[in-house]
Amino acid sequence: MRDDRIPVDLLVVGAGPAGLAAAIAARKAGVTSLVVLEREDEQGGILNQCIHNGFGLHRFREELTGPEYAQRDIDEAQALELDIRTGTTVLDITPDKLVTAVSRERGIQVFAAKAVILAMGCRERPRGALAIPGSRPAGVFSAGTAQKLVNMAGYMPGKRVVILGSGDIGLIMARRMALQGAQVLACVELMPYSSGLNRNIVQCLQDYDIPLLLSHTVVDIHGRERLSGVTVAAVGEDRQPLPGTEKYLACDTLLLSVGLIPENELSLSAGVQLSPATQGPVVNNLFETNIKGVFACGNVLHVHDLVDYVSRESAQAGQAAADYLLGARPCFLRSRVCDGQGVRGTVPQLLDIPCEQTPETVELMFRPDRVYQNHHVTVRTPDEVLLSQRRMIFTPGEMAEVKLGPAMLEQARGKTITVEITKEKQA
Amino acid sequence: MYDIVIIGAGVTGCAVAYRLGQYAGRVAVVDQAHDVSAGASKANSGIVHAGYDAKAGTQKARLNVKGALIMEEYCRPLGVPYVRSGAMVLGFHEEDRATLEALYHNGLANGVKGCRLIGREEVLSMEPRLNPQVLLALDVPASALVSPYELTLALADSAAENGVQFLLGSRVTQLAYQQGAWQLTTPGGVLTARAVINCAGGDAGRLHNQISTRQVHIIARRGQYYLLDHNRPALFTRTIFQAPTKMGKGVLVTPTTHGNLLLGPTAEDIDDGADTITTRDGLKNVLEKARLTFPGVSLRQVITTFSGNRAHEAGGDFIIGAVEGAPEGAFEAIGIESPGLSAAPAIGDELGDLAALSLNLPKKTDYIAPTPLPKAFSAMDEDERRAAYQKDPDYGRIVCRCEQVTEAEVRRAIRRPVGATSLDGVKFRTRAGMGRCQSGFCSTRVMEILAEELGCGLPGITKSGGKSWVLSGGIGKADQDA
Repeated sequence: MRDDRIPVDLLVVGAGPAGLAAAIAARKAGVTSLVVLEREDEQGGILNQCIHNGFGLHRFREELTGPEYAQRDIDEAQALELDIRTGTTVLDITPDKLVTAVSRERGIQVFAAKAVILAMGCRERPRGALAIPGSRPAGVFSAGTAQKLVNMAGYMPGKRVVILGSGDIGLIMARRMALQGAQVLACVELMPYSSGLNRNIVQCLQDYDIPLLLSHTVVDIHGRERLSGVTVAAVGEDRQPLPGTEKYLACDTLLLSVGLIPENELSLSAGVQLSPATQGPVVNNLFETNIKGVFACGNVLHVHDLVDYVSRESAQAGQAAADYLLGARPCFLRSRVCDGQGVRGTVPQLLDIPCEQTPETVELMFRPDRVYQNHHVTVRTPDEVLLSQRRMIFTPGEMAEVKLGPAMLEQARGKTITVEITKEKQA
Repeated sequence: MYDIVIIGAGVTGCAVAYRLGQYAGRVAVVDQAHDVSAGASKANSGIVHAGYDAKAGTQKARLNVKGALIMEEYCRPLGVPYVRSGAMVLGFHEEDRATLEALYHNGLANGVKGCRLIGREEVLSMEPRLNPQVLLALDVPASALVSPYELTLALADSAAENGVQFLLGSRVTQLAYQQGAWQLTTPGGVLTARAVINCAGGDAGRLHNQISTRQVHIIARRGQYYLLDHNRPALFTRTIFQAPTKMGKGVLVTPTTHGNLLLGPTAEDIDDGADTITTRDGLKNVLEKARLTFPGVSLRQVITTFSGNRAHEAGGDFIIGAVEGAPEGAFEAIGIESPGLSAAPAIGDELGDLAALSLNLPKKTDYIAPTPLPKAFSAMDEDERRAAYQKDPDYGRIVCRCEQVTEAEVRRAIRRPVGATSLDGVKFRTRAGMGRCQSGFCSTRVMEILAEELGCGLPGITKSGGKSWVLSGGIGKADQDA
């Protein structure tokens, strides 16, 4: 190894809510050699541009804005004297955990880490990924980019707005643009239900009389230099546009809120295996990937709805990384967790259940594939049903979770576990 | 009064300008777009065709083979990405054998070296992701890849360094020969020149027909594409064509010089050559045909879709040289569709020399050799990156995370001889915004750098010049600052 490698026990990639919570937990668990690298100039990640409130209800029992929520972690990290380097972009991670980063202050630096926590967050699906036909003028933005322009730079991206997709950022931006005097003509959603939180549909659309067009999509984009309008059409059950339903909406701005993609290019360079369902790493209940000592948490692992759960999950990952470094790891048997009927993207995908001590409760998180009312979440092994719990509603816009207690985990040790949504209670 | 005005700042016009940079004379390039390489030159397959396809004896065949042979040497001093990737033409049915054999013999007649017909096993061993139903293929090792817009931009820079003026955002509405000089009417005034060279692509027919008794007919032929993210290792290393059949020409699947994968193009004749929309049916068509070559294509990898219009002349061949049926001092390159990119070095050299000789322009004694484009930060190894940072700490600042483009590179793109003035200008010069997030993350920072370098406010920044504004105004205090 070259002698200019910088040894470090734990390297955390990202100082958003996930990276901060993981680093704080690891430090509290006794990791002293710890560096956090953040590409932006400020800590806090995407929370910095989320100036609306509603963050922290679960974790702090308070309604905070994004920057306020972030500040709590930033303050705690500072009190713990964590080494957080902003303006530093990680360029590459190798399977043996050499982490190359670059910054204006320090140039190229290569860290030789014993453990790495991936906390890079996610990105928005762009227009191109949807292959929406039409012209390619200025005025088509992802909702998050528009949010950054308005809330961080202080500029409006346009005055007559159509929003495609009803993800939370799109809903929030519908309200933000309306508050700022823009005319928001419609929020257009391909699916028969919104992928956003219900509270956002009420507070961001209904309160501002912005129509939500379910089972509709944008089928054409017009305008040569700047956007001049979009054509919207209804879609059938197969999600294909229905001929004859096309309607032209004159607008200068189209915001896209059509999905978030965990940003795993660095994970791939490290040899981390990804799940096609979540597009994030395959992890065990300690949030460890297939590469020993490489952990993942937050939106890089799977896209969350609430930052509160990002923080909770990431603190667990930080604790697990500390345990890995400090050598506290019992022997275990591995169980595989599979998505059953109605369930997509269960995390973690693997449960390493200890053999000689009582396992700790594990939360399985997943998304339903559509809306279900008065159904049951059922967790089973090939031999038996571990639990079957009734829920009023499952909706793809809200991540569902189910807890497996120590006794269930002992029953499931080494077996394949299936999570499914069933109409009837299973016994 | 200019000695020569070139109409069109695409790859052809810029190749001519690059050649004319070697001559002493007042030369200008005029284009309606706000940047060079804004038309077909930025929206094509990026392939240096070996020359087996163009019919023997045509200008297309002659200039394609000549251009392809010199392309690598042509790109080297400019520092333009060029990859000798090779190509294959696939046959799936027994009747394709005759087609491929005909292409093979046409290639021989055109002087293309190294082609051979190979069977399924060899085809699949060379490109394992191909549809295993392939029967045979024409292997074309002489085929290559070039980055078409980077080539065009580099040619423009070198020409500008040698005194060629670029008059962008300026459409020539009227071309006429009056009082012994060529008059070019533009919104900004009338340009006069001793000679004109019409390299206006889709617009070249209109200008030709204003000055010649022999009319040409340009048909805009739209090509729609899918662009996929890069993969390590690459999914395909060669350009994969399909043998033309009764059903049509098929589409190609090709890597780009930057390791992306390109699927397309369609070939649709349209009325408005300035209309580069994509359509639902066109994209569907590309995907269906591409799946014949590459059954495993994943839409999750799609970064963007785009289209470009080729200028097809009804006669089917390139029209190169002095304009027939026009007064003296008019030259042209008409109908420059595929393989126009491959032929560009040859067309530029021939047409540039022809125009210069007609005016007896002497060669320059103080010619400035091109400055090669610096290696991209993303392509550097660790030591090269350390060295780049030592020279300029702006290399320490990543602006575009997807393509790993640094602030140093963005600033340089704006400061180049023909520098970027818009988001797209930065994108095509640096790849910032060309990656998988499609500028979602980097556009605000690129706008800030553009505003700093150009000395304007953020609201003055456009996507691609003209009325392609990005911001409608400020909010609160920022509004007053704006």
